[in-house]
Amino acid sequence: MREPGQDRLGIALTGLSAVVLFVALGMAFLYAPREATMGDVQRIFYFHVASAWVGFFAFFVTFLAGVGYLARGERQWDILALSSVEIGLTFIAMTVVTGSLWARPVWGTYWTWEPRLTISAVQLLIYIAYGMLRAAIDGPRRKARFAAVYGIVAFVTVPLSWFAIRWWRTIHPDILTGGGGMAITSRMVHTLLVSLAAFTLLYASLLRQRVRLERATDALARLRARIETT
Amino acid sequence: MGFLRKVWAIVAKDVAAELHTREMVSAMLVFSVLSLLVFSFALDLRGAMARAVAPGVLWATVAFAGTLGLSRSFAREQQTGCIDGLLLAPVDRSVIFFGKSLGNLLFMAVVDVVLLPLFSAIFDVPLLRPGVLVVTALGTVGYAAVGTLLAAIAVNTRAREVMLPILLLPLAVPALIAAVQATGYLVEGGTLAEVGGWVRLLVAYDLIIVAVSMLTFGYVVEE
Repeated sequence: MREPGQDRLGIALTGLSAVVLFVALGMAFLYAPREATMGDVQRIFYFHVASAWVGFFAFFVTFLAGVGYLARGERQWDILALSSVEIGLTFIAMTVVTGSLWARPVWGTYWTWEPRLTISAVQLLIYIAYGMLRAAIDGPRRKARFAAVYGIVAFVTVPLSWFAIRWWRTIHPDILTGGGGMAITSRMVHTLLVSLAAFTLLYASLLRQRVRLERATDALARLRARIETT
Repeated sequence: MGFLRKVWAIVAKDVAAELHTREMVSAMLVFSVLSLLVFSFALDLRGAMARAVAPGVLWATVAFAGTLGLSRSFAREQQTGCIDGLLLAPVDRSVIFFGKSLGNLLFMAVVDVVLLPLFSAIFDVPLLRPGVLVVTALGTVGYAAVGTLLAAIAVNTRAREVMLPILLLPLAVPALIAAVQATGYLVEGGTLAEVGGWVRLLVAYDLIIVAVSMLTFGYVVEE
């Protein structure tokens, strides 16, 4: 087994995501133009969209890892699913919070049942339930199996929820959401793309650290078991 | 034995057990009536108000009564050791899934059949329309299918009955939204063709959920 602390790729990933995050932060404040109608508040958009992207992508990874676990039955797939859910939850929570912060000055309220905000809240609840499910099951193999099944079924309902919420809100038009449109300039697109890259890198480095942590926990449990038996 | 006959054998077993004990359907029925009572106190369900919130009240009641029955469905199997017998039987896991789902669907349908006329009579809302029946049937099918899969998971957790609604309700969001919206339009005099989008969404939900649940159910019950 390798010693901890030799994870060159992990360190490189973390460093790279830190650099790109600072670039994205600088671009959001200095490079991107001030939005005409919303003003500086609009700048939260770059991080809001990026965290939403990472959240949904993380749950997609959990879905794939669930399929992998059911097909192969190897612990590494379960570690991947679990790690990705935890990171996804963090980012979806950030999406909901940044969305609310933005909605207050622009729509005049912290919370509105706007489709994208609603689907993020539904996602948050689904994967909180995923975490509670894991916590309530004894036995690592059964835990992994049930979590994989729930991760698969949950992800399959996401597009259906999205259509349902969207139709629901467009059939009953909401005055509050009417004024949400904004003119996108190419500088805004550049900033958004860099933010997306920064958050994706951050996701990759967090995922790598979380997977390593879980492997270390497993290794510790094995060592403890060996000491107790001798 | 053919696939359908095997499925039917499991359904018949559940129906026979239910006829003996009457614990699931009677609990769901009493709960539904209590739920209507609570909603009528909470929302003052009269006249235009009743008509406006009827679809929501109806589906909230169906959903909560459903979780009540679904959580019993596997708890009973486990208490009696019947689940081991089912797993030992020389049938495919999907047979067990369809058998249990159909049984649960049947019990939920009994609740629907009692609830709709009762609701119409008490709150004077025209729910006994062919369109509403179609939407109710479609909504109940998907709910019973995903509920059966998740009940099989929840029964093996430490929290058991507490776990099922937490797992089930967020996954039922698309079905609940579609069913409430479609029922709302139909109560206001709309036709089934006018709510075609919602009906198609319900059908898609049912098909996808049944397929995914059938494929994954085997992993839930395997030991």
